[in-house]
Amino acid sequence: MLNILWSVFIIISIVYAILNGNIEQLNNSIFEATSTVVEFSLTLIGITCLWTGIMEIASQTKIIEYLSKALHPIINKLFPNLNEKADKNITMNIIANMLGLGNAATPLGLKAMDELQKDNIEKDTLSDNMMMLIILNTASLQIIPTTVISIRASLNSESPSSIIVPVWIATICAAIVGVICTKILIKITRR
Amino acid sequence: MRIINYISIISMPIIILLIVANGVKERAPIFDMFLKGAKDGIQIVIKIFPTLIGLFMAIGMLRSSGVIDFIVHTISPITNMLNIPNEIMPLAMLRPISGSASMAVATDIIKNNGVDTFIGIVASVIMGSTETTLYTIAVYTGSTKIKNTRLILLAALMADLTGILVAILVCKVFF
Repeated sequence: MLNILWSVFIIISIVYAILNGNIEQLNNSIFEATSTVVEFSLTLIGITCLWTGIMEIASQTKIIEYLSKALHPIINKLFPNLNEKADKNITMNIIANMLGLGNAATPLGLKAMDELQKDNIEKDTLSDNMMMLIILNTASLQIIPTTVISIRASLNSESPSSIIVPVWIATICAAIVGVICTKILIKITRR
Repeated sequence: MRIINYISIISMPIIILLIVANGVKERAPIFDMFLKGAKDGIQIVIKIFPTLIGLFMAIGMLRSSGVIDFIVHTISPITNMLNIPNEIMPLAMLRPISGSASMAVATDIIKNNGVDTFIGIVASVIMGSTETTLYTIAVYTGSTKIKNTRLILLAALMADLTGILVAILVCKVFF
């Protein structure tokens, strides 16, 4: 995907800049971009290390157990008739997403997909539970949006984390709409 | 509105407090655990660094050449109808497609409009409340070799659109 996007972006930018006489701004923006990335990455390294450190403590202690108990009723409701392994993987996938452990979330989610595929009758079609798992993974469930906080901190925001509650509200609304749409799709695409 | 701001600011310290206090209660060697986890953070950023260089460059070129202005101007009738600020559109368009490209475009928008301005905050909230929908669907369906996705993309894009519209609305109310 990025192979195509990246080349398209660069080629149309340069051609457009030459045609419109913006080549000097374009040239300057290249150097500006590299220094922006360096500044941003320094902040990102700081916040990411802090967060992966804190989350390592969370994952080694019983916090995860408490969370999975708290989530159990919701997961039961969204995913009917789960086998035990799929249940465990889905719960862990959602918790990893909530804690912002993207690197851990995807493998857990894919394991859950494998488990769901075992109970799937039509192997080339998404099952109801698979649809629900995917929609929850396309929702950004992360409680603390560390990446965007890093962006804001690197640009010297007065209050990098002031966006957290607005993010929660937007996320919850998006997730509810996603789940409702998925429920509707499950009904109308069932054969 | 001050209470909302207060909750935002206190949420991260509270989570850290809960995790650390629980670790102390369980008599875990929490600082050793912290160090072990923090080491991974460096790797994560180093891994995406080259991607970020490439994409920040491409997005910077798109903006400085005038291509973004051109696209935004062309589709402005639609965005005006939906009440979406024009400056946000590049982010709304790229967010479902690529995580690192949207990181680049969000940074670009926030930097050029000011980090604590309305546009800067809306871009931040959209970035924090949406995911790379297309990529996620591709990974999840691809891993199980599924062909019929039962229009799941439609539900995901509806969720994204909701996230964007709510983000704008919430920022109008709170900031």
